Amino acid sequence: MSADPSVPPAALSGEVSLPEKLAGVELVRSVRTPIRLEYDFIPGDASSGYLNAFADRKILGQRSPVDGAVFVPPRGVDPRHGAATPDYVELPDTGHVGGFCVTRLPIPGRDDLEIPYVSAWIHLDGADIGFLGLVGGIDTAQVRMGMRVRAVWKPDDQLGRTAENILYWEPTGEPDVPVTAAGTNAWHAKQAEGDQG
Amino acid sequence: MAERTAVLGVGQTKYQTTRGDVSLPGLVREAAYRALEDAELGWDDIDAVVVGKAPDFFEGVMQPELFLAEALGAVGKPLLRVHTAGSVGGSTAVVAASLVQAGIHRRVLTLGFEKQSESNATWALSLPQPFSVSINAGAGGYFSPIIRQYMARTDAPELIGCMVAFKDRQHALRNPYAHLQQKELTFDQVVESPMLWEPVRFSETCPSSDGACALVLGDEAAGDASTKPVAWIHGTALRSEANNFPGRDEVNPQASRDCADDVFAQAGITDRRAEIDAVEIYVPFSWYEPMWLESLGFCEIGDGWKLVEEGATHLDGGDLPVNCSGGVLSSNPIGASGMIRFAEAALQVRGMAGDHQVDGARKAFGHAYGGGAQYYAMWIVGSDKPTS
Repeated sequence: MSADPSVPPAALSGEVSLPEKLAGVELVRSVRTPIRLEYDFIPGDASSGYLNAFADRKILGQRSPVDGAVFVPPRGVDPRHGAATPDYVELPDTGHVGGFCVTRLPIPGRDDLEIPYVSAWIHLDGADIGFLGLVGGIDTAQVRMGMRVRAVWKPDDQLGRTAENILYWEPTGEPDVPVTAAGTNAWHAKQAEGDQG
Repeated sequence: MAERTAVLGVGQTKYQTTRGDVSLPGLVREAAYRALEDAELGWDDIDAVVVGKAPDFFEGVMQPELFLAEALGAVGKPLLRVHTAGSVGGSTAVVAASLVQAGIHRRVLTLGFEKQSESNATWALSLPQPFSVSINAGAGGYFSPIIRQYMARTDAPELIGCMVAFKDRQHALRNPYAHLQQKELTFDQVVESPMLWEPVRFSETCPSSDGACALVLGDEAAGDASTKPVAWIHGTALRSEANNFPGRDEVNPQASRDCADDVFAQAGITDRRAEIDAVEIYVPFSWYEPMWLESLGFCEIGDGWKLVEEGATHLDGGDLPVNCSGGVLSSNPIGASGMIRFAEAALQVRGMAGDHQVDGARKAFGHAYGGGAQYYAMWIVGSDKPTS
């Protein structure tokens, strides 16, 4: 490979000649063409159950028939082995913060977010994977893995079929979950506890 | 036994924010020509073309491989597209190699590209999804919590990430194809750059680049016939896993460990740090260097940051130079980035890496990862033919 990127490949180094009728015409180098795509989303069984329940301030997960692991949001399938997960489980709106990020960038379409904001994997009590949520009601520097939180919901007249019914997750003030049992560690901690029990 | 396979030629474009002088076809054609020139071959010598790029909505062009067929000399030839998100450049090279190893084709052109100037990948990665709240700001928003977990697990000093970023930007100054050429950059400037996705600073993230990278692969006879040094493939591996399941180790995913074990076993390598002379790993956020060094078995779990701290991964004086090209932290045309890692590994064992050459490199490791750290592609190349 050539050590010098400014030397074009030999095959591309020749002069390009334009047809005579284009002589003197200003060359178009680029055209900006913003595109827009609107579509109807058909969520399927698992997501429909999940999204519909939000209108009643309920959070639904699904339970794996293989080992009882609970998934939220439910996707109809256990991703570890492909088993269908037809059974819904209602989950409380309390849990703890797993991994999180203090973001100092705006997001298009979310002008309502004050910067910096904290996005976090919220691990609900009784669920075995995390799902995304905002953390609020606390200084961003005070957020920590294992911090106990509860949902702050929109008022009743603003509820829709969406996870955005939950405005954010605020600290409950309870003692933290130990980091060794928080977030993705929670599953292993639970298995170890089960082994001892 | 699989057909022995060699990298006969490497072609890259100069990575930069905007290649406004060329269209997508012009961009890929430039890389393809450079690879053919390096291999001293012509279009007629190529039996098939394998193309990879990141998801189509990054540029808003669906199935671009179809309209690029002519630019890539693929008319009338088999043309295959590979899709594995950010790891795609690596996966594409592995798929192309498999066509030669299986004896299906004698010579294959493979190419990865991205023209980030024609879109905005950070926001393409933040598309609202009905089943989730839209608060994830691009790849940094996804990987920052994982980096935070790594820091908590290892108690690594806070500035390790800055050391990686500064090292890779220094390496980039020795690679004329690298995008970022920050001659005046100081370590303090890296440390003082603004936090974007805490704990990830602006200077610890990759740039947005336009660019393409191409490889010409050939069978044993083609490798033997080459008048230039070739890079022989000693192992290739792919693995993937789901991005969210109970107990998933996001810092050190099983798919990463399994992929590494497979590729090192194929190459007959037992002491990874001692036997590999040059490493090109996919590090879009600085902390991923120590994280991958551990996951890939170049050191014990928890020790990756120590290699960074002691300078082991620096081209000058390090025993395990990592990303001598400047890495993804210095150039990131996403769909090409994995293939650049594989190509740079090949350049090292061919002795053709110029100012960023590792003296006497005989075996090199190329790596790519993608999605939610869930897709992996790896290869090991050597100056000598594999014995088995």
